[in-house]
Amino acid sequence: MTEAALSPSDVPAARTRASITQSKGFLGLMFMLPAAIFLLVFLTYPLGLGVWLGFTDTRIGRDGVFVGLENYQSLWDDSIFWLSVFNTLLYTVVASLLKFALGLWLALLLNEHLPFKAFIRAIVLLPWVVPTVLSAIAFWWIYDTQFSIISWALMNMGVIDSPINFLGSPNNARATVIFTNVWRGIPFVAITLLAGLQTISPSLHEAATLDGATSWQRFRFITLPMLSPLIAVVMTFSVLFTFTDFQLIYVLTRGGPLNATHLMATLSFQRAIPGGQLGEGAAIAVAMVPFLLSAILFSYFGLQRRRWQQGGSDA
Amino acid sequence: MTLSRRDLLLGSASLAAGAAGAQLLGSVPAFAQGASPTFKPEQGASLRVLRWTPFVKGDEDTWLANTKKFSDETGVQVRVDKESWEDIRPKAAVAANVGSGPDIMLVWFDDPFQYPDKLMDVTDIATGFASKYGGYYPGLEGYAKQGDKFIALPLATIGNGILYRDSMIKQAGFSKFPEKTDEFLEMCKALKAKSKPAGFALGKAVGDGNNFAHWIVWSHGGRMVDESGKVVINSPETIKALQYVRELYQTFIPGTESWLDINNNRVFLSGDVSVTANGVSLYYSAKNDPKMAEMAQDIRSTTLPIGPIGQSVELHQTTSAVIFKYSKFPNAARAYLQYMLDKPQMDAWITGSSAYCCPPLKGMIDNPVWTADPVHEPYKRASSTLRPNGYAGPLSYASAATMADYVMVDMVAEAATGQRTPEEAAKRAEQRANRYYRV
Repeated sequence: MTEAALSPSDVPAARTRASITQSKGFLGLMFMLPAAIFLLVFLTYPLGLGVWLGFTDTRIGRDGVFVGLENYQSLWDDSIFWLSVFNTLLYTVVASLLKFALGLWLALLLNEHLPFKAFIRAIVLLPWVVPTVLSAIAFWWIYDTQFSIISWALMNMGVIDSPINFLGSPNNARATVIFTNVWRGIPFVAITLLAGLQTISPSLHEAATLDGATSWQRFRFITLPMLSPLIAVVMTFSVLFTFTDFQLIYVLTRGGPLNATHLMATLSFQRAIPGGQLGEGAAIAVAMVPFLLSAILFSYFGLQRRRWQQGGSDA
Repeated sequence: MTLSRRDLLLGSASLAAGAAGAQLLGSVPAFAQGASPTFKPEQGASLRVLRWTPFVKGDEDTWLANTKKFSDETGVQVRVDKESWEDIRPKAAVAANVGSGPDIMLVWFDDPFQYPDKLMDVTDIATGFASKYGGYYPGLEGYAKQGDKFIALPLATIGNGILYRDSMIKQAGFSKFPEKTDEFLEMCKALKAKSKPAGFALGKAVGDGNNFAHWIVWSHGGRMVDESGKVVINSPETIKALQYVRELYQTFIPGTESWLDINNNRVFLSGDVSVTANGVSLYYSAKNDPKMAEMAQDIRSTTLPIGPIGQSVELHQTTSAVIFKYSKFPNAARAYLQYMLDKPQMDAWITGSSAYCCPPLKGMIDNPVWTADPVHEPYKRASSTLRPNGYAGPLSYASAATMADYVMVDMVAEAATGQRTPEEAAKRAEQRANRYYRV
């Protein structure tokens, strides 16, 4: 309508302008721009900076120069780094499996008809709601070498003679931090899976029951397949959170005893901030990325297979 | 010794008043004394000081009171902020790097050597103090001096020492605390057998863990690097030290390898260990609690035992004051530090810190605080027994990073717990230290 009022000479210019502003591609770009800027500034830039720092010998208080792969070469020969990789993998794998098994179990229980259902569900969320540092400090006391309430109780019951060295011996310490991480992570898995369980139509179960399916068969062939997309998402998040855990370790052990609980995240911090070796710390952090990416890819391709979700075979 | 804390405070107040009076009477500016240079604060100057959060209240009170006096005399407004002691290192480094932030900071250990070119040369103030007050203790001077240049002003040693329960070592058959490491081992064995055991932090305890581990190695003649910065930790002396700690560890209360800085305080105050090493704050935790009066009566202190090298050496904690070059009021900053670190103010501050801080200058060591309570006395020796981190090499990024990565602590803990043989532990520490000291 506006074009009608324009003189002939203006028409081509106006048309181009109009076609640009009307074009889907251009508009789409414009609308995406704020989000893109947001992502660039708050995600891409810090990540990129971290990767770049990993290739430099930057120290706190001094700009670094590009040193190529030197940080990685030096880490390759560093037994503490490899120990932290092992610890991180052990921590992530064991804690995630436990969280999944126990979380799913808890979700199935909560899905039953219970008295005070809402109240119980709220309580289950508590470990997740309490700030990690607070719960970690509480656990620090629970695991204290001398004042542990667990040791005290067991000693008074006559089960053991001397306090349990929870955080003192390497394997005990590993088991202890994994247990604490599981305690903290279960609610997230349980509540999310519970939400998933509630979307499964009861009619499927009714139909299966009529056909004579056992409760295991109903779980195996109805619940699990229907839940699997959600499991993939929940477990991806859970693995990522566990892999990058920092607060729990830092409060409980700072990576001790004898570095037996040093995770890549805590080692990265120890080297970068108190140690001042920003470049090396960044390199350790960057070394976590391949592990994280493979975890994501695994869950994406491994757990989200359509056919399996629909109850077909894996082939 | 019947001087109470109250007497002490009164004493320090009158001392401070006396100092202020002297400055009012003397019309000559207080700074112009001896060989010290005089600094005239810039017109309209104001300063920002960032310090570590004080461990004892008296420290903060006297520091602020001294600051106020400075402001009253010079008209320079000074804002003193505090930051938890672990955050000082990154904060200072970032300030140095970006070129803005506080004018003055109180930093730890070898921090000034992380960014020496960002710090103002304070050689004139330091040499002025040194000539006036009998010189600095060498260890503290080492933390502040690069080549011939002072890049920081030594401020204090936060002393570490043995705290023990008199009744418990008597119960083990010792009337006196041993001075030598071998007798100390014998006593620890007896303590475990007949009384309450000893306990020293072997976990990732920034203060206590490092103090203990460095003492073990140094007292036997081991050292991380030689004078040129070459890593020499894998030496027969170190192996001896590690063999010693292996034996010593077996007399400890179980679980010390998980102890962080606070654990030994808790266990000592619960009465489960007889001997530990800590700052004097541990004693005050008992003394300030009426319910623990009996225990406080029983607490004694001493320095860590002397090993085969025949002299008392310890790491302690060190703090120095630095002025950043970016400061807009360099003269005001220098005048401030020159005022705060001069004897009248330092005397009040050292007294206020209740034996927590030991002065850096030999001429300031005489202070009523050391005799106010017999438990204070060993902490008087902190500045003289202090040996810098990364001994005997130069202070640098490498020395700081080696300590931050707990190379010494890990080595001692590995050998003590029997995780590795002393030989393996020393070899591994050598490899780890070489990563930082590589040329």
